[in-house]
This record gives sequence, C-alpha cells and structure tokens, in this order.
Amino acid sequence: MENGDLGKGTYRRRHLFDRIMTGFIFLAVFVAVLPLVLIVADVVIQGGAELSLDFFTKLPTPVGIAGGGIANAIQGSAILIGLASLIAVPIGVGAGIYFSEWPESRLSAISSFMNDVLAEFPSITIGIFVYIIIVLPTRTFSAVAGAAALSIIMIPIVARTTEESLKIVPVSLREASLALGIPRWKTVLRIVISTGRSGLVTGVLLAIARATGETAPLLFTAFGSGYFFNSLWSPIAALPLTIYTYGTSPYSDWIAKAWGAALVLVGFMLILNLGVKLLIGRRYAGVRAEI
Amino acid sequence: MAERFKLETGLTTARKVRPRRFGGDQILKGLVGAAAIFVVLLLIALGVELTEGASLSLTTFGPGFLIGTTWDPVHEIFGALPYIYGTLLTSALALLIGLPIGLGVAIFLTEKVRGSKLFGYALGTLVELLAAVPSVIYGLWGLFFLSPVLKTYVETPLHAYLGFVPLFASVPFGLDFFTAGIILAIMIIPTVSAVSRDILNAVPNSQREAMYSLGATHWEVIRRSVLPYARSGIFGATILGLGRAVGETMAVTFVIGNTPRITASLFSGGYTLSAVIANEFAEASYPLYVSALIEIGLILFGLALIINLFARLLIWRMTRTTRFRV
Repeated sequence: MENGDLGKGTYRRRHLFDRIMTGFIFLAVFVAVLPLVLIVADVVIQGGAELSLDFFTKLPTPVGIAGGGIANAIQGSAILIGLASLIAVPIGVGAGIYFSEWPESRLSAISSFMNDVLAEFPSITIGIFVYIIIVLPTRTFSAVAGAAALSIIMIPIVARTTEESLKIVPVSLREASLALGIPRWKTVLRIVISTGRSGLVTGVLLAIARATGETAPLLFTAFGSGYFFNSLWSPIAALPLTIYTYGTSPYSDWIAKAWGAALVLVGFMLILNLGVKLLIGRRYAGVRAEI
Repeated sequence: MAERFKLETGLTTARKVRPRRFGGDQILKGLVGAAAIFVVLLLIALGVELTEGASLSLTTFGPGFLIGTTWDPVHEIFGALPYIYGTLLTSALALLIGLPIGLGVAIFLTEKVRGSKLFGYALGTLVELLAAVPSVIYGLWGLFFLSPVLKTYVETPLHAYLGFVPLFASVPFGLDFFTAGIILAIMIIPTVSAVSRDILNAVPNSQREAMYSLGATHWEVIRRSVLPYARSGIFGATILGLGRAVGETMAVTFVIGNTPRITASLFSGGYTLSAVIANEFAEASYPLYVSALIEIGLILFGLALIINLFARLLIWRMTRTTRFRV
C-alpha cells in the first residue's frame, strides 16, 4: 500500500468507502436469502390451498374434473428412492470406506477424484446413459431404470460423506483395536464404522433428499404414470415428474395440483435437511452444498 | 499386506504368524475396493455409452454439428449452435450476477460475523437450504412468479429507456435468456458462497492482522490482503458454479422460452443444451434424431468434464498450499 493511502486527509474518504462496501456486503446477503423466503412463501400459499386428505390418498383425475390427488406420485417416489437406496448405499458406503481406510492406494486417489466429478455431473446426461443401457434393451420405461438413474446421483454423495465421517474417527481408536490383536477388517467394521455411524446415516439421508428432488434423470427412465405402481418393469409416477408435467400444462386445475405437489416436496426436503442439521450439526450438513 | 501386518503387529519375525491369504482383511479390501472400482467404471461407461449413442450423428454431421444453426427434425437437419449459445449465454449471465452475491455472502460469513456464531450459523443454514430446494421447484416458481415480475418491473423499463442497446432490443417476453440467467444465478449462489467460505476460512489470520496493524479499514483488509490470498480458490469456486449452471436442466426448461435462436437480445426466447434434451428426447421418433440429441448430451458431458476438472484442480491446489503455509 502506498504511503499516501494512510495519510490524514484520506481518513474520512477511506472510512466512508469502508461503510459503502459493508453496505454492499449486507445487500448481497439480503439478496441471497430473499429468493428462499419468496419461494417457500409462494409454495406454501399456492400449494396450501390444495392440501386435503384426498390429495394424499386419491389418484389424479382427468382435466376439468375436480378432486383427485397425487397419491400415485408419492408412492412412486417412495418406491424409486427405496430401490435406488438399495443399490446406492452399499456401493457408496463401500467406496467411502475404501477412500478413508486405504487412502494411500492409487485406486483411491483416482476413484475419489472421479467421485467428485460424478457428483457434479449434469443429471440429464445420467438420464440418457440409463436410457441407453436399460430402457433400450428392455424396450420399456420402468421403475428399475428410474431407480438406477437416481442411484447414480446418490452414490457420490454417500461415498463422500462416508469418507468424511470415517476419516475423523481418531487413529488412537484404530491402534487400540489393532493392539488387542483384532484383525483389521473387524476393526473397520466394528470400531471405525460404529464410531462414525451418525455421519454415515447423515450421508444417506442427504443423498435421499437430493434424489427425491431430481427430475431430469427420471424424464426418460421412470417416465411418469397416472396410476399406482403395478410392476418393476413398467413406467412409474414420481413427485418431481408430476410437478413438471402439471406445471407446464395449460390447465389451471393441473397447475394448482403442481403447486400442491411442490409443497409436499419442499416440505419433505426442508424437514429432512433441517432435521439432519439439528441432529448432527453443521459438520456434515454442509457437505451437500460443498461436494 | 504382509508388510503392513509386520508394522502393525511386529509379530512376523518372532513367531511365524502370517495373515491368511484369503482372510477377512483381504475379503473386506476386495469388497470395498470393488465399490471404488465401480465408481471409476461408471464414469468411463457414461462417456463410452454417450459416444456410442451419438456415433450415428457424429458420422452423419461431423464437426458441422457444432456450428450448424438449423434444428429441423422434419427434414433431418440438426445443428447444435443455438443450444450451445443459449447454455453459454445463460451461464455467463448467472456468473455475472451470482458471483458477486455469493462472494459477498462468503465475506459476510467469514469476515463480518466471526464473533457472532449463532447469527452466522443461522444465515449459513439459510443459504445452504437454497441449495436443497429441488430445481423443478425453481422452475415452477420462475414460471409463475419470477418471470412476470421481471417482465413488468425490470425488462419493460430497461427496454423502454435503453431499447437502443442490442442487449435490450427486443420486446420483453418474460420467458427468455434474462429470466433463465437470473434463476441460474440464484441457484449457483449457495455453491459459490459455500466453497468461497471454506477458502476464505483457510486464509491465515496473520494476513489480516498484518493489515490491521498498518491501520487499514475493514474493507481494505478484505480487498488487499484476504481476497488476493484466496484468489485462485475463489476462481475455482466460480468455475464450480459455472459447472452447475451449465448442467442445470429443469429450472431452465421452465423459463427459457424453448425457441432455438441466436441473438444478442437478452429479452428474446432461447434454448439450452439440457432443455432441448429434456423436451424432445422422449418424443424423438427416428434413430438419427435420438442420436443427435445424445450428441447434445455428449457436448454437455464434455463441457461439464472440462469445467469440473479445472475447478477441482484449482481448489485442490489452493487448499493444499495453505495447509503447508499456515
């Protein structure tokens, strides 16, 4: 910094500038938080009017006929997430254990890097990928294809949070276990994992939260349906798909349904995210935004 | 494995205890190693399958696909330039607006509310929740709330007073590049602020204290000592935000207007790479059409890969060097 900058005559000017920039920073914070408030308020106001017992228990009605609900979409999302978790949790947790327990291996470095890249991938390309490897050979949109697409979204999140939560387990615990003659595999499974358990659960919950809101990979895998689930190999409904199809339709009663479905989805996401945060603290909850 | 066993137990020389060849350790390492290999294979398979799926379009159109401006499924003519243009324009707009705001939030959280833990925590949580809102909700909100509001209060006045500038030349429509850019800006703020916040936290306090001891004001400390130190990391955060904007699909599909067009005017409807896939893929009726859409996906794959590798490298370099310097 030049001498002149700190001279007496510039004191007022510099402090005024400091105030102005502080003002800008406060403004930035305000502008950043405003959309969240607006979105949540809008969804609650528009969607709140739709909520009723029928909304959660009935099938959708055709355009122009009052009543009906989105029960099939809620059921479909639950099935898709359940299936996707069955695939993603073992693979994600496994990869996470490998990253954390064998960090010195070359595979660990490569895979962990690719995991980061996969986590940021445009989800629509994952939809195309699953379309090519599952939908084309089986010649049908299906629950299996939808679940496979969602599991590819979930794996990197589960793997990263597993790694993070196992890495903070103290080395002394591992050493104590090994010193007792307990083999390494038992040490990892019984000592390390049970100590880092809460982080593991958090990772799975965050992955579920993320996958529940994903629409793009489901467009041409699960495809959507107006009925309840009937088989693993036929198209299946999902909440985000309902929001997309109804929200972009020209019919006002469908648009109203889309807002109702949006409220259900946002409510689920907020409860899951806030719940995780309150239970575990910010250590892991930030991971969603950071990976 | 034998080496490590020796180090951990020191038993190999005294008593000839050797780990069994296929003991529990080997099984566990094999299982979790397989999961790690799966992640690698997944990414490779993604690239291979997309390339294969696009091969028909690749051989039919060659590099001309990238600069073709006509997208006419009826006459089997496909060119991707309007979509590439739309993706780049909306992403650039998102960065222009989202970067200063996201960085402002990060500065606020690391430099302004250091003392007040609870307030900083609450604010950080709010911004993170913004990242948790599904993109289809952003789309719905963008279509029914943001787009009319922007059209009436921002686009129409800009067009009326600055209509001679090419950027604001066309009559505001509401569903256009501008609205899509704003939605994307809102969506990348949490990414930019979360990453920059970690980077700013990694700046050693000695940097700040040295400036304060010279009598610098708060802003001067941030501007001349904190930000320069964190420069490459913030650049990484920016690129990561760019990656998110480029790949975002649903929110954009709602508000972009879905008209393939290359024009300087922000108030004109447009199209992006991801939006055209979302809209047309399920309806594509013949192999070349599908293949052309897959090639669009391949372009998206390539863009995302380059952007991500670059961002990771920058952030990795930044956090690695500071670890040694602190």
